[in-house]
Amino acid sequence: MTLHPAAAPLAIDPLLDDPATRIIVCCGSGGVGKTTTAAALGVRAAERGRKAVVLTIDPARRLAQSMGIDSLNNTPRQVKGVEGPGELHAMMLDMKRTFDEIVEAHADKDRARAILENPFYQSLSAGFAGTQEYMAMEKLGQLRARDEWDLIIVDTPPSRSALDFLDAPKRLGSFLDGKFIRLLMAPAKMGGRAGMKFLNVGMSMMTGTLGKLLGGQFLRDVQTFVTAMDTMFGGFRTRADATYRLLQAPGTAFLVVAAPERDALREAAYFVERLAAEEMPLAGLVLNRVHGSGAARLSAERARAAAENLEDGRIVDQEAGKAVERGGAAPDGSSPEASGTYEATEAAAAAESPEDHASPDPAAPASNPTFAQASDARSVTTVEQLTAGLLHLHAERMQVLARERRTRDRFTALHPEVAVAEVAALPGDVHDLAGLRAVGDRLADGRATT
Amino acid sequence: MSRFQVVSGKGGTGKTTVAAALALALATEGKRTLLVEVEGRQGIAQLFETEALPYEERKIAVASGGGEVYALAIDAERALLDYLQMFYKLGSAGRALKKIGAIDFATTIAPGVRDVLLTGKACEAVRRRDRQGRFTYDYVVMDAPPTGRITRFLNVNDEVAGLAKIGPIHNQAQAVMRVLKSPETAVHLVTLLEEMPVQETADGITELKGAELPVGKVIVNMVRPHLLDEAAVRAAAGDRRKEVAKTLAAAGLSAPTKLVGPLLEQAAEHAQRVELEREQRGVLAKLGLPTYELPLIGEGMDLAGLYRLAAELRSLGKAFS
Repeated sequence: MTLHPAAAPLAIDPLLDDPATRIIVCCGSGGVGKTTTAAALGVRAAERGRKAVVLTIDPARRLAQSMGIDSLNNTPRQVKGVEGPGELHAMMLDMKRTFDEIVEAHADKDRARAILENPFYQSLSAGFAGTQEYMAMEKLGQLRARDEWDLIIVDTPPSRSALDFLDAPKRLGSFLDGKFIRLLMAPAKMGGRAGMKFLNVGMSMMTGTLGKLLGGQFLRDVQTFVTAMDTMFGGFRTRADATYRLLQAPGTAFLVVAAPERDALREAAYFVERLAAEEMPLAGLVLNRVHGSGAARLSAERARAAAENLEDGRIVDQEAGKAVERGGAAPDGSSPEASGTYEATEAAAAAESPEDHASPDPAAPASNPTFAQASDARSVTTVEQLTAGLLHLHAERMQVLARERRTRDRFTALHPEVAVAEVAALPGDVHDLAGLRAVGDRLADGRATT
Repeated sequence: MSRFQVVSGKGGTGKTTVAAALALALATEGKRTLLVEVEGRQGIAQLFETEALPYEERKIAVASGGGEVYALAIDAERALLDYLQMFYKLGSAGRALKKIGAIDFATTIAPGVRDVLLTGKACEAVRRRDRQGRFTYDYVVMDAPPTGRITRFLNVNDEVAGLAKIGPIHNQAQAVMRVLKSPETAVHLVTLLEEMPVQETADGITELKGAELPVGKVIVNMVRPHLLDEAAVRAAAGDRRKEVAKTLAAAGLSAPTKLVGPLLEQAAEHAQRVELEREQRGVLAKLGLPTYELPLIGEGMDLAGLYRLAAELRSLGKAFS
């Protein structure tokens, strides 16, 4: 399977090796392997000599364990077992802890306590829509400011939409700049100001309405919180703006991660457009879990027809081999063309060296002691049934391949400018460094050919 | 019998598809279902191949036996304005609220208000009756946020009721909680036979139970057929390679010896996957919940595939009704 001609290959290693690359942001919809991609990039970057840190958001337990960050402590820890000249550190974002630390760092002791104890703050920091996104950005800014790593790889939160992650800093900013917050902080201050008279009538009515709607206590909690936070708002805003600019800087590379499925690629296309609109530097698309086949020349239709041919029951002999000979010599219902092919291929088979027959898969060499047993147990399976099964399996695989190709082509037609790295599907889940290394190899290879 | 069916699942497991198929399956024999989405992704419109859904209940499909599926994309901001209009006759003041950012604040920054509005609107549809006193919808199916967020999403009303201790928001939050914690609601979790989604399903069930939310069923999506077992694959990889090559030739395929390697490799991967799936089925069985399996639609999901899944769900019997 080769890349669609319109899509340029995305070269991962040059990106990782370039000392100018300081931040890589992995974004995409949920369930496409974003966190695994971020972790695999981290391992590969470190083993190629970078001093890298991976910031993960809510990783699967075993993936976190594979990097030794199974506990939330909100600071990077070195990952053991990374080979080569570089270093890998990893951390899992604790958004409440991050928020608390900001409060503690930027407010005096009494004020900090007042904020931390405020019910509205507690609810806000525990995770309203957007806190995680905002705190991920805040943490990225902190890691960058520490300047201990020459490469920061960021996983992004599984947002309800692609927008949340980019919008969080802005949303916070517009809230902080908004009239509403001033209204919350000091409704009385607004009185008497020129030009505000009309608005004021509405506003007092609104505070009344909000009070009625939310209950007076809640509104007071919000007002207390906002007042206590007042002096910190400037800092939030400055840092949010700085992080936003950092994301636009040339040292940053965005990787949009997707799986070859319609929804994931639709979201990816949306992300690509959004990044362009925000002038954020896109490095390319990582397409995870792409299937390939070493026998792609055999189409699904032909494989299925051949399987059905075998299953049609013209061969009932349990003893394999003989049956095949009979099938080859006088196949009832099979075309003369088929037997002709048989003879020709027989010759081709004889010409091939034995090495060609060696399986690339370690599964069950003939010397395997359990093999004989298995063979006995399967004696009811004729070689025809077995072969038909292999062909059905291949037909299924080719169907998957065709579907994935169609989906991917739709994306590349829309965005031919986006470089693509295809990552061949692994049969199982990744939960150790070796697995991450394997994903890294496939990422760098960029083509899902098996 | 739960009239409010909430469908959650890890990202990528196809929860929107399952929710839509469930809405179709429940809309049989003249029944009417409402399919709601809450994340503003317009996933339902894409699935049913229609234009983007507005904020109104609109018929999008007809099911077998004259049933109807309506759909609604709930928009938190519109829901809040409606709500204010309904209770306070705000009129232009609502627009002024929007102008100064209060609506933005309420629907995006204020913790939980958004989720209260979304679940509140869905619960309103569950309870709504027509003039004759019959339920407007026989079932309401929600394409809910993913497993990692579902408990918080549904339970946020409890939190809000605690924060806003009096007032209509408080009352509204409590009323929603009464519906959500009753047997009228069932929260289903969609998973794949893979380690991460299964693990997340197990965690999700623990969280839902901890919050006293009614857990419904586990729906295993995109189940692929087992075409060959491991023993057969091992046999094929061993001394039967030559026989397989001959059989391929007999079946009319050219250059069979070149095919054997890749075919066996694919078979070995298949066998590995079958083994992993067996393990994950074991994990799911231990959860002690009714579990249903839906097949993978090989050609990719489209409208025809959706109706096939609906038929599949229907054939699972009265389990969901």
